[in-house]
Amino acid sequence: MLIPCPHCGTRPVEEFTFLGDATVIRPTSLEPSSMDDWMDYVYLRDNPRGNYAEYVQHSGGCRAWLVVTRNTGTHEVHSAVAAKAMKAKP
Amino acid sequence: MKYSVFSLLKNAFSGHKNWQAAWRNPDPKPEYDIIIVGGGGHGLATAYYLAKEHGLKNIAVLEKSWLGSGNIGRNTTIIRSNYLLPGNNPFYELSMKLWEGLEQDFNFNAMVSQRGVLNLCHTDAQRDAFARRGNGMRIDGVDAELLDAHAVREMYPYFDFENPRFPIKGGLLQRRGGTVRHDAVAWGFARGANMRGVDVIQGCEVQGITIENGKVVGVQTSRGSIKCKKLALCAAGHSSEVASMAGLKLPIESHVLQAFVSEGLKPFIDGVVTFGAGHFYVSQSDKGGLVFGGDLDGYNSYARRGNLPMVEHVVEAGVAMIPAISRVRTLRSWGGVMDMSMDGSPIIDKTSVHGLYLNAGWCYGGFKATPASGFCYAHLIAKDEPHKVATAYRLDRFRRGLMLDEKGQGATPNLH
Repeated sequence: MLIPCPHCGTRPVEEFTFLGDATVIRPTSLEPSSMDDWMDYVYLRDNPRGNYAEYVQHSGGCRAWLVVTRNTGTHEVHSAVAAKAMKAKP
Repeated sequence: MKYSVFSLLKNAFSGHKNWQAAWRNPDPKPEYDIIIVGGGGHGLATAYYLAKEHGLKNIAVLEKSWLGSGNIGRNTTIIRSNYLLPGNNPFYELSMKLWEGLEQDFNFNAMVSQRGVLNLCHTDAQRDAFARRGNGMRIDGVDAELLDAHAVREMYPYFDFENPRFPIKGGLLQRRGGTVRHDAVAWGFARGANMRGVDVIQGCEVQGITIENGKVVGVQTSRGSIKCKKLALCAAGHSSEVASMAGLKLPIESHVLQAFVSEGLKPFIDGVVTFGAGHFYVSQSDKGGLVFGGDLDGYNSYARRGNLPMVEHVVEAGVAMIPAISRVRTLRSWGGVMDMSMDGSPIIDKTSVHGLYLNAGWCYGGFKATPASGFCYAHLIAKDEPHKVATAYRLDRFRRGLMLDEKGQGATPNLH
């Protein structure tokens, strides 16, 4: 697998560290009533076969956090953008 | 037909032309009492024990491909019961006891070989952890021996004991651990289930689950709709996909784990040895090939193949542990899809849908668990209550904070 880092160009997979699902959203509330949201965030995953957005750090390169979109059935990498840029979107 | 020396002799005299097929190849009936989704080791074992232990009939196992085409045919065949946690090890010890009597029980040669499983340690801290785990095993009545470097050297003099980064200081040995001929496990359970009236249906993919009023009533498959009273999911690797057909979201990610076989060698390693610190473990098959593997590639995947950096990493670790294999050629490598759960332990439980049962999350430890998984899952399906050694494998343990995290990694499926 080759990942097109927006800062370093296309680099081999061994330079990257995978964190996991980029679609889960961390709850802001600490109220006991938000437990279901925390359960979803910490433990439950869609785990799709097909396109999947995941947090990946270019730990062996620029060390930036990226959101990589990749097909989990074929390992085809569609895009890699800076996680910060992704987050800034409304 | 019962397999025995007499049946072998009888068939030898008739030129081996009269052997019967080991199982039928039936078409699906319109309705079953119990449908098991997944004709792998666990699914077939579940059907076998449902029929044998609970006397249930009218059961079908639906397999989308051929029998044993998933992880039962892709693992590295190791059996052991060397876990630490009280919720885990009695289950794995039940599995070990079932392995010890399995071939007589299902009348099939599964080549169960208790050749010993040795985990190597490299630091004082790791030896302390092994001593603790060994004591934990002994509390559960499991055999465990803590070896010093000298004792390991007696067993395997050609390991690199003076490795600068990971010098071998000793190991934890379970002599009753070993290996089993993995395909024969699927075949033996399939044959035993078939003999007791279970329909084992291959080439039948479940594409939808029908739920009415919160209760399972049937499945849609590539070979038409089939009704059922109870539906048992047993599709590890693809549990999330199958469970999503019933609207369930699981604490599971699918990851790829690679394994390898070398060219055939003369007898070289007579047990199973793990080099956990370097991510390498090895045994030798009866054909002579070294069967070895390492850790997960680390990213979500359903592709049943990994990438080359992990191949390089595993081989480097192997050569670091056993310099003598540096010129051995690797014949084959392959990947399997692992149900990586959020705490590294499996799930055998009912679900929020009435009549829907879940067996999932085996991580890369599913093979050794095959008989006990089938035994406990069958108990749950037949009696609607968990078997006493599987009470910790509940789906709601994540919500209740009762994780079974052997490795202490937290909710990070790619690190378990």
